[in-house]
Amino acid sequence: MPSPPSGASAWRTARLLSREPQISTGRTLRFTVPDWPGHLAGQHVDVRLTADDGYQAVRSYSLAAPAEGDTVELGVQAAPDGEVSPYLADVLPIGAEVEIQGPLGGWFIWTPRDAGPLLLFAGGCGIVPLMAMLRARRAAGSAEPCTLLYSARSPDEVWYARELADPGPAEEIRLIYTRQAPPGDPRTTGRVGAQDLAGLPEPGSARCYVCGPTGFVEHVADLLQTAGHPRELIRTERFG
Amino acid sequence: MPHDPAAFRLDGNALAGPLAPVFALDPTTALRVCPACRMQATVGELHVYGPEPGLTARCPGCSQLALRAVQQPGHLWLQLGTGQGAFRFTLPAAGG
Ligand SMILES: Cc1cc2nc3c(=O)[nH]c(=O)nc-3n(C[C@H](O)[C@H](O)[C@H](O)COP(=O)(O)OP(=O)(O)OC[C@H]3O[C@@H](n4cnc5c(N)ncnc54)[C@H](O)[C@@H]3O)c2cc1C
Ligand SMILES: [Zn+2]
Repeated sequence: MPSPPSGASAWRTARLLSREPQISTGRTLRFTVPDWPGHLAGQHVDVRLTADDGYQAVRSYSLAAPAEGDTVELGVQAAPDGEVSPYLADVLPIGAEVEIQGPLGGWFIWTPRDAGPLLLFAGGCGIVPLMAMLRARRAAGSAEPCTLLYSARSPDEVWYARELADPGPAEEIRLIYTRQAPPGDPRTTGRVGAQDLAGLPEPGSARCYVCGPTGFVEHVADLLQTAGHPRELIRTERFG
Repeated sequence: MPHDPAAFRLDGNALAGPLAPVFALDPTTALRVCPACRMQATVGELHVYGPEPGLTARCPGCSQLALRAVQQPGHLWLQLGTGQGAFRFTLPAAGG
């Protein structure tokens, strides 16, 4: 795949357009960014905040959906005692401005031209860039099979619940609950294990994308390699 | 957790923004062959530690230093490989 041009080093002004709750600590934020060049599923932006005294903080946030004109969608989870994420999630006023650099990253991306079954593994807010892939796939009407394995603590920690409850063609959504499952879930709660990978497309054919907290990403990447998925077909994004 | 360096490990995807001002192409798709263990990895696959004292990217196979990027107001210092010496790039003025 050719490298996408970077051309992304400029800091653009982004105005907060709307905030919508996803889970108790997670929000969908939409920003208007004049002259936004568009982006690919899986890319992220760097968000820069500048305090009155000039102090700056920069953090990365994934793009959750294809761009709609000049509007981009992010998903931000407030980290306990975090410096930036609780502010973005709950304090930044509608209409206020931040700076955004991007779109960034050409490695952790998927486009509908990428052939083969798609396997998506999300831990917590690691769903955000994978949701962008799922949405891009639905928009393109891709016929390749796609499975999303989404590990969440409990049913009320599931982002995009309504969209995920209505799978598109050739799409399977597997919810893996680590602490508390809905009544009747046949699976015992606990972290993703080898048994959760049963029935997935053959190793060697499927492209695997893994995103979430560092511990989750490393655990799942190990499970996939143990199951025979070649390293060349596993792409990871650690959120830290 | 925050005191376990592995728990704070990122991957090279996180370098896309810090390195964007000095590369015309997205740097995270660039391929590196590790001179120590011969493993091939894209910059996106490197293991990244930081942000203090700088972002340090290491081979996912053997942890050899691949690059280091240190951000200062107005400047980016970039060291490639394990050798000594770093390149200092002056960044465009903020807001520009
Ligand atoms: C490529 C990429 C994409 C990302 N995409 C997303 C996304 O789509 N959505 C999302 O929500 N996040 C995403 N992240 C993570 C995000 O960039 C931030 O790391 C996250 O929001 C936390 O930032 P913060 O400033 O709130 O927390 P920080 O202040 O950076 O702290 C992080 C956590 O560590 C703890 N901590 C920090 N320092 C210490 C210390 N000395 N002792 C004890 N505890 C400490 C804090 O309490 C907090 O819980 C992404 C990261 C990367 C690299
Ligand atoms: Zn090596």
